[in-house]
Amino acid sequence: MQLVLSEDQELIASTARDFVAASSPVSRFRALRDTEDPLGYSPALLREMAGLGWLGIPFDEKEGGAGLGLAELILIAEALGRTLAPEPIVGGLAMGGYALALGAGPALRGAWLPGVIEGTKVVALAHQEPGSRYDLLHVATRAERAGQGHSLTGSKSQVLDAVGADAVIVPARTSGAVGDRDGITLFLVPKNAPGLTIERQLRVDHRNAASVRLAGVACDAASIVGAVGEGAAILEAVIDRATVVLCAEMLGGMAEVFDLTLEYLKTRQQFGVPIGSFQALQHRAARVYMEIELARSSVMAAARSLDLAEAGEAVKLVSLAKARCSNAYLLAANEAVQIYGGVGMTDEYDIGFYLKRARASELTFGDAAFHRRRWATLAGY
Amino acid sequence: MADLESFRRETRTWLEANVPKSLFGQAGSELDGTWGGRKATYPNPDSKLWLDRGAARGFTAPTWPKEYGGGGLDPAEAKVLAGLLRELKLPLPLIGFGLTMIGPTLLRFGSEEQKKLHLPRICRGEIRWCQGYSEPGAGSDLASLQTKAVRDGDHFILNGTKVWTSYADQADWIFALVRTNPTAKKQEGITFLLVDMDTPGVSISPILLISGKSPFCETYFKDVRVPVANVIHKVDAGWTVAKALLGHERTMIADAFGGAGPKPENKGGRSFLAELAVSKLGEEKGRLTDPIFRDEVAAFEMESRAFAFTVQRTKDAARAGHQPGSESSMFKIYGTELNQRRYELLVRLLGPDALGWDGPGFDDGDLEITREWLRSRGNTIEGGTSEVQLNILAKHVLGLPA
Repeated sequence: MQLVLSEDQELIASTARDFVAASSPVSRFRALRDTEDPLGYSPALLREMAGLGWLGIPFDEKEGGAGLGLAELILIAEALGRTLAPEPIVGGLAMGGYALALGAGPALRGAWLPGVIEGTKVVALAHQEPGSRYDLLHVATRAERAGQGHSLTGSKSQVLDAVGADAVIVPARTSGAVGDRDGITLFLVPKNAPGLTIERQLRVDHRNAASVRLAGVACDAASIVGAVGEGAAILEAVIDRATVVLCAEMLGGMAEVFDLTLEYLKTRQQFGVPIGSFQALQHRAARVYMEIELARSSVMAAARSLDLAEAGEAVKLVSLAKARCSNAYLLAANEAVQIYGGVGMTDEYDIGFYLKRARASELTFGDAAFHRRRWATLAGY
Repeated sequence: MADLESFRRETRTWLEANVPKSLFGQAGSELDGTWGGRKATYPNPDSKLWLDRGAARGFTAPTWPKEYGGGGLDPAEAKVLAGLLRELKLPLPLIGFGLTMIGPTLLRFGSEEQKKLHLPRICRGEIRWCQGYSEPGAGSDLASLQTKAVRDGDHFILNGTKVWTSYADQADWIFALVRTNPTAKKQEGITFLLVDMDTPGVSISPILLISGKSPFCETYFKDVRVPVANVIHKVDAGWTVAKALLGHERTMIADAFGGAGPKPENKGGRSFLAELAVSKLGEEKGRLTDPIFRDEVAAFEMESRAFAFTVQRTKDAARAGHQPGSESSMFKIYGTELNQRRYELLVRLLGPDALGWDGPGFDDGDLEITREWLRSRGNTIEGGTSEVQLNILAKHVLGLPA
């Protein structure tokens, strides 16, 4: 594995950064929040991103995709993370999109993938339930036999990018008990299905998230992603990929908040000198720099390892990336608030957005402690 | 790529034919090897054979130009060679500060005559080098060094003391920073000088550390006459040379502390640390029973992988044409702190078994861990303290104001 960007990847990264900086500065995120925009993102901008080829990155060329991988998708996510651009890449593309790519049969792929790649359809994935924390097998939502199909009952929480989604892929239990690996089945539920309620949840970081309630939603066999009772493996593989994409978004956020901090250290004057000339602050900044560098290496390694399908190794590196990014983003954001001082605490400055996003990202797909436990298990102790 | 593949095949065949059989599978780490020098002893005579054959093939300094005794390999070929040595668990034919510190410095700053004189002798393992930088009064503030070099015709006369000169008692030559201009600004009156340790007036005494015996010495210069021809670069311009060399030293230290890649894992996939934790604390259903130590072992292993990936990333970037800069300060800080954390964790895992100092009643491996724990406290001091490295990062990488 080479931990360096190829020329093509350099080009993708710089294009993404320029495009996002121009089309979605942080002020746009602020405006969407302040105006309580009901959707929270722009379908038109999503289609523009599709036009740049971004939404086809994870999919095969013969299905209309770009035939690239996570090594490229993380470059897009990092650019979006820099300015907190709200288009549905983590919840939509990386969760719903990968679920279709890894699990769906020909009919579902044909019906949904073209729209996902063109940016006209968003498919979310409801991986979390109230009380499930980070346990993907904690699926209490039931799928009971009803005629030729199933009837889904239960509730999901903080389903990312579900607001405005055209469909939600719902893990439900066709057999077994909560916590069992067997018996989880993934159903693709269109947004207008009777009995389905999608309701926005206002999170601390204002990320697109919704509660999804299912009150006897009828699903036929054609809506099943993968095989009956065997959804856990798909779910785990999808969340590993989505975790790396989220990590890349976190990398963008921590890099941006650190850049803002450096700028402030160089310009803010106290005691007649720039505060960045104080050794106490210089050393804090240097420590943040190192943590960001280690986080970056870990994310690049995890993405490449998944692309290379390094069995055993890739899942460990996903945990490595998420643990590093969780801690590094919070460190960068906490230090930013401290170094900005009083103004860092005000809503007027953007620093607070990054602190909130750092915390929200940490508590998505497992925090550092969760991933250390997972690492230990995978490493055989 | 086809060329690399044939280079690999050819090199492998050559290694199998020329390296003495007793050395295969012997290297415990990538830093194992022979130091060479006039005073060298070879407990296994095959090590000397491997040194001579390796040197003749250019494998002691693979990337140096052939005219100076190197192998003339490009970085990709050198990586293949390193990979083969690792794969066959072969010790390096030669290690030491000649190869890692003074050699690269001579290649960059040395005159043609100096390169022709010194580099081949380094490559052949004939001369062992040590470093004379720190002084009793000049630690982190290295530029305040006071060892005096007074011009006397075509010689300098040296007087002063160097401290922390690793392996000075076994070295043949020393590269030293000396003050040639006492009135100039402190960085501008320093000269980089090569001194033959056999010159009259050079003497050495070893330093005993809290961990017991150490490679460190004090080196004294009393009216030592050194030819002016031994100045590297220019008189009073030694600080530039010194800073460049410190970069090589930091990279070397980082490699030594885990930057070179993950430690080989035992069978069962567990690291040495995890295996030790299980043996001391027990396991249940394949899980370490103590959840707090389990978390600490995982945290250490993960940090160590993230660090190794970062060193790899810098090397991959260098091969792609991006020159590394002051980032080596990061490797120095992180690598040394990791090593300290490793030994802190090891002694706590050992528990009371870590309290042995010497002799019977304690396990040899445990005794070594305890000594290494004590020794590791110096890692964040030697080669430039962590605080000095943080200053370098802040100013030269982050561009923060002075």
